[in-house]
Amino acid sequence: MTMLLELDHVTKRYPVGGLFSRQSITAVSDVSFALDAGRPEIFAIVGESGSGKSTMAKMVLGNEVPDGGRLVFDGVDIATIRGRDAREAFMAKVQPVFQNPFEAFNPLTPVDAYLFATAHRFCGANDQASKEGLTDRALQRVGLSLAEIKGRFSHELSGGQLQRVAVARALIPAPKLIVADEPVSMVDASLRMSIVNLFRALRDELKVSIIYITHDLATAYYISDRVIIMRSGEVVESGDARAVLDNPRNAYSIALKNAVLPPDPKAAAAAIRDRRILNRADAGAA
Amino acid sequence: MTLAMTNERSVAQAADVLTIKDLKAYYINDLFGVRREVRAVDDISLTVRRNEIYGIAGESSSGKTSLIKTIAGAIRPPMRVVGGEVRFDFGGKHIDVYAEPGKMKAARWQNLSYIMQGSMSVLNPVRRIKHAFNNFAFRHMGLDRTAFRARVESHLQRLGLDPNVLEAFPHQLSGGMRQRVTIALATVCEPEFIIADEPTTALDVLVQQDVLGLIKEVQERLGSSVVFVTHDMSVHAAITDRLAIMYAGRLAEEGPTQAMFDTPQHPYTAHLIASLPRIGDTATRKSLAGKPPSLANPPTGCRFHPRCPIAIDRCSREVPDMLPSAIGGRVACFRAGEVSVK
Repeated sequence: MTMLLELDHVTKRYPVGGLFSRQSITAVSDVSFALDAGRPEIFAIVGESGSGKSTMAKMVLGNEVPDGGRLVFDGVDIATIRGRDAREAFMAKVQPVFQNPFEAFNPLTPVDAYLFATAHRFCGANDQASKEGLTDRALQRVGLSLAEIKGRFSHELSGGQLQRVAVARALIPAPKLIVADEPVSMVDASLRMSIVNLFRALRDELKVSIIYITHDLATAYYISDRVIIMRSGEVVESGDARAVLDNPRNAYSIALKNAVLPPDPKAAAAAIRDRRILNRADAGAA
Repeated sequence: MTLAMTNERSVAQAADVLTIKDLKAYYINDLFGVRREVRAVDDISLTVRRNEIYGIAGESSSGKTSLIKTIAGAIRPPMRVVGGEVRFDFGGKHIDVYAEPGKMKAARWQNLSYIMQGSMSVLNPVRRIKHAFNNFAFRHMGLDRTAFRARVESHLQRLGLDPNVLEAFPHQLSGGMRQRVTIALATVCEPEFIIADEPTTALDVLVQQDVLGLIKEVQERLGSSVVFVTHDMSVHAAITDRLAIMYAGRLAEEGPTQAMFDTPQHPYTAHLIASLPRIGDTATRKSLAGKPPSLANPPTGCRFHPRCPIAIDRCSREVPDMLPSAIGGRVACFRAGEVSVK
């Protein structure tokens, strides 16, 4: 069994404070998991803000080097990648999709320029025809076409469309792994499902593994195969997504699950009421 | 004491606090003789009752922010009110926002306040939190400095915030804490009418529940009306009493929240509710085809018809009127009630 990605006791610390009060906070502490190369899956990393899930994404993308432990992608330790060629070969296999598509694309650059640049850089497409061919094929996969996108700027597209363009851009070099950091949190509710369904289709049809980072347990339950729940840098619970989220054992996982507002007015109002009573009890105790 | 006062107030005036009639507000651009109109608020009529939370749902660029800006009288060119009226009734004091703009100034903050989405852009990053209170609320309260400070501190305490936050800078507080401070700021004058624009969108799930609980608590204590805007239907389910769905600058449906979740009448409402993911259910959720229409060049007839699964010929020709619906609300659809969520 070969591993696509293997995290072996990974730790990341960031320094805080000034020159004389050097301290460090541990953003990610001793995290291990592995993605199987033969079986593409959607792997969800769930946690609230500050739980270290975005730091995980940065390390998998090779943008941050861990302070302890190793990240091995396709048999190569990510920290040992040196030189432009090796770096680009790695980038072609691991592609990101970011949270806010309106920030990911420069508003003064037509969005197709990003797609062409990716085709040029990772697929060696030098002439316009081959760039357009690669771009159009990737856009077709996400339910768009080059004709719709060509020459458009980010403000001319809806958030959902733009996020699909971001996914299409990530697909151009035919990656093995996509790291999606909160890909739907800035997208409208009515378009959210189109992105989430797209990830499912990519896994099933293109056999791409996806690391899906989110704080929304409801979509994580909907699409992911396995899940880890993080709190202040540590994994508090992990395993099969359905099993973990149906019966969370850890107190924090239970709190996270209860924080998901049920889509029914009576139940949701009751959840808010319970939370208020709980908070009042906490305040009284303190 | 506050409670007794609140009850008195809510009993004495059971009428509507806000009435909007045939409101039209367009962004009008006149560039080199080419006139371009973006109809962000197009013929909207609604009323908000006293002591209720009224939700407005809709995707981005459906005009929901334009609508609440128009309600608050906070519009700037190129946006202009083309027709219709917005009327407030604050305890017998009538204000027609666009006929008598002078009266609005006195009502702001005292009667009407606003909770913004980006708490960081409300609070000045280089001044302490107390500065924001002095800046916004002080002159509306008519108290001297010490009494004002005491009032602010007791208000913060009632909301479960440590009065020490007044001495903090915004960057020293977490996002949820900052949002709670802006709620405290918006409610310190005990206004009758509060507008909340996506107050929980940037927060994560645990904090979101606390903030929603806080808004609900403040609303119950003050007995005020809240207009709550967000695109997240599960937030509407949790907090609102009545709900309006906006699509491309118009109202699609309005009604009691519970009834709308049980039996949505408009196909767009039905879609919004059906597409919510639930824990314990992995059935595939369909997403709507097409993209939100451009308000500069909206579709003819019913604006939802290009994406509507049950559209008929008539939908592309005629604009449906807002008519009473089967669930005690109003709906603008020729085939109202023909789709179900289940």
